[in-house]
Amino acid sequence: MEEVELRALIEDVRAEKLPRRRFIERMVGLGLTAPMASMLLMHSGIAQTQPAPVYKPTKRGGGGALRVLWWQGATLLQPHFANGTKDQEGSRIFYEPLAIWDNDGNLVPILAAEIPSRENGGLAADGKSVTWKLKKGVTWHDGKPFTADDCVFTWEYAKDPATAAVTIGVYKDVVVEKVDANTIRVTFAKPTPFWATAFVAAEGMVLPKHVFGPYAGAKSREAPANLKPVGTGPYKFVDFKPGDIVRGEINKDYHMANRPYFDTIEMKGGGDATSAARAVLQTGEYDYAWNLQVEDEVLKRMEAGGKGKVHIVPGGDIEFIQLNITDPWNEVDGERGSVKSKHFAFSDPKVREAMALLCDKKSMQEFIYGRTGFATGNFMNNPPRFTSKNTKWEFNVDKANQILDAAGWKRGSDGVREKNGKKMKFVYQTSINGTRQKEQAIVKQAAQKAGIDLELKSVTASVFFSSDVANPDTYGKFWADMQMYTTTMTAPDGERFMNQYQSEEVSQKANKWSGRNICRYVNPEYDKLAVQGSSELDPVKRAAIYIQMNDMVVNDHIIVPLISRPRVRGGNLRLVTTLSGWDLDFSALQNWYRETQAA
Amino acid sequence: MGHYLLRRLLIALPSLLGISVVLFTVLALAPGDPFAEMALNPNIPPEVQENMRKQFGLDDPIWLRYFHWLFAMLHGNWGFSFISRVDVDTLIWARVPVTLAVIGASQVLALLIALPVGIVSAARPYSWFDRVASTLAFVGFSLPTFFTGLLFILLFSIKLDWLPFVFRADIPGTGWAWWEAQIRQSIMPVLVLGLFQGASWTRYVRSAVLDVIRLDYVTTARSKGLRERAVILKHVVRNALIPVVTLVALTMPQVFGGAIVTEQIFRVPGIGSLLIDAILRNDTPVVMAVTFVFSCLVILFNLIADLLYGWLDPRISYR
Repeated sequence: MEEVELRALIEDVRAEKLPRRRFIERMVGLGLTAPMASMLLMHSGIAQTQPAPVYKPTKRGGGGALRVLWWQGATLLQPHFANGTKDQEGSRIFYEPLAIWDNDGNLVPILAAEIPSRENGGLAADGKSVTWKLKKGVTWHDGKPFTADDCVFTWEYAKDPATAAVTIGVYKDVVVEKVDANTIRVTFAKPTPFWATAFVAAEGMVLPKHVFGPYAGAKSREAPANLKPVGTGPYKFVDFKPGDIVRGEINKDYHMANRPYFDTIEMKGGGDATSAARAVLQTGEYDYAWNLQVEDEVLKRMEAGGKGKVHIVPGGDIEFIQLNITDPWNEVDGERGSVKSKHFAFSDPKVREAMALLCDKKSMQEFIYGRTGFATGNFMNNPPRFTSKNTKWEFNVDKANQILDAAGWKRGSDGVREKNGKKMKFVYQTSINGTRQKEQAIVKQAAQKAGIDLELKSVTASVFFSSDVANPDTYGKFWADMQMYTTTMTAPDGERFMNQYQSEEVSQKANKWSGRNICRYVNPEYDKLAVQGSSELDPVKRAAIYIQMNDMVVNDHIIVPLISRPRVRGGNLRLVTTLSGWDLDFSALQNWYRETQAA
Repeated sequence: MGHYLLRRLLIALPSLLGISVVLFTVLALAPGDPFAEMALNPNIPPEVQENMRKQFGLDDPIWLRYFHWLFAMLHGNWGFSFISRVDVDTLIWARVPVTLAVIGASQVLALLIALPVGIVSAARPYSWFDRVASTLAFVGFSLPTFFTGLLFILLFSIKLDWLPFVFRADIPGTGWAWWEAQIRQSIMPVLVLGLFQGASWTRYVRSAVLDVIRLDYVTTARSKGLRERAVILKHVVRNALIPVVTLVALTMPQVFGGAIVTEQIFRVPGIGSLLIDAILRNDTPVVMAVTFVFSCLVILFNLIADLLYGWLDPRISYR
């Protein structure tokens, strides 16, 4: 998609010829995230529609207990120390950001009085600063008022390396200043089209200055409030046992009318996904369960129990295969998989294309994922009608055979193709996970028909995804011919996810394999676009560049996208949730309630 | 006796030190690192991970880290969890009551089954009762707890819908309602563990009693005209239980160690599930502390078992 086309589309939205939602869905089909697409519109001065969530209760409280099950329990309740989403979710019950992302990629204000825009003067014309107006009359759970000082403090706290906050990446390059008691300004070093990072969503939760003030920096770990959160959220803290249970009770002074509905909340951790699904769908012991990584067949059988149903929320997770274009087996310049080396087969684009043709995504979707995954040919795509026109995919063994024949790979006596004495034998690695091993088997079967012998290797997840420099089996080293895992595309900042294929990010010995370009893809043209994209001020041009880069990677078959994986959650039939694929499950917890009758 | 105790305690010190060295090295050499979860999140730049490794001293050489740990431990500082950034002793103490209650109850249940059944079986060997009891005992300890656990859940929670299968450490409420909820949720984990342990102890009690019941002094007691009940309880069981007491004392550390599999199935927040979570997340300080406490307990209860043995059986003397 060219810049001109993009602009035309944006104009269509402005003229209300194209529904806003359709525009966002199309952008998602092209590899942007919904928040990015939404920002694109906002930057063009098209105000976002503020959808009112369905919320029926007419008074606060009275809903009894909300019991939710997280099979990985929250281990800490300090959002800026969160190791993973489970900790962010636990913290989110008590703490709140200024704004959240809804399922259509709209920003929804929580602690902000309104979403900054060009019209209300919140966004500077040069793209270098954002002014947030804070909601007035919000109090912390201990009764103290919430002010701009708290936001400034949160920034100071998180950006200090001695604090060891995991959110430092969001706050270290911005400057936050207090304009008045209820206004803050976030200033960026350079024009930043995607400004909604600090104080937004999972990494934007604001901490109370009067509670954490004495514990910024090296003493961060000693703060008693790390275990006893004091926030502004719909529920107040009651009790926490790391890895086991988080309990909260209704915040009677919550800043939104008639909310929350439930009197208490209990987030129980531990166990496994299957039994969590059972407790919600089959026995109804719990109201809601997070991340049900369970085969659809099993989920369907449990749903027959009639107590709960599965919620499928499209988001940005994608299961994909990476093809190694460097030589992972021999040392060149003292390291395996050196950028200077060439893979004996995958350095040939024809072989990569053939390999992509051999990945039977449709069978994977039908036989493994069911409702919980969609075959995709793009880095991102939700319903099939929005697939990018620029990238196509098919499963075609005959065509793969023809391509390989034409590329000079002849079948040997054992049926395995070879060229220049090298046999087409690849090691295909992934983490240990029942679903992944089945996917491996599907690819192996098809590859066999095309004369490719795949050796399947599976590594324990805790090793595969570790950054252990001494271990040869980590995904960052990628010392195999092919590998497969799920990457999350929820990171709304385009620049960060574009650089996954930039040559300066190549994962190698020099950077202890922490580079994000794991395929070790080197393409000067791509690099040029990346540089261009990062300094491009016009978000429309930037998006066009980004879409071009996305197409480049996919059409070059460096990666083979397989399955777009929506979030799979289980909820009681009567529980009404507001879920977003671009934010935490609890991002709109204040809107959750229970119907008196099954919906 | 005093000398013996002192010597045993002195021997225990180097063995504990040795254990700690081995544990620490194994953990340090094991693959994986505590910040793996962050690695996959593109929002967290790799520098953050590196910075945290530095902050938590993970980049120091192993021996230095070991000495840091050892000195801190000697000062009573158990360190803090890399994952939850909470002090390790707080984490462990939060889990101890649940573990003691659940595992303790299951051990009591095991004893309540093993003693009477084992004694009656031995008193009438190869009788109808003995055969049934032996068969059930074999079935009991052949079935792993993860299997019986799932079986119980399927039967009592899903088919019959009698009992909850998610264990909650802090049930709200007081009085009878609290006790009722507590007992309802404890029934399945306690039964699973208690029946398994009880089955193997039954066999043990039976053979211990059988050994004693054939001895001459028992025949003498019978020929004196004592009632069978008195013979069994006063003469046989007293002597037969000496090895059983040792056995029970030696399994006591397990009560503290928790039952990893069962705790996982029923979501019992005990020490076992803390340990397994810590291992999966490479949370070295927690793994280190739990395993170290566990080895201390093993050594301690070995000593107690030895002392008990001497106290129960005066023929044993300590030198």
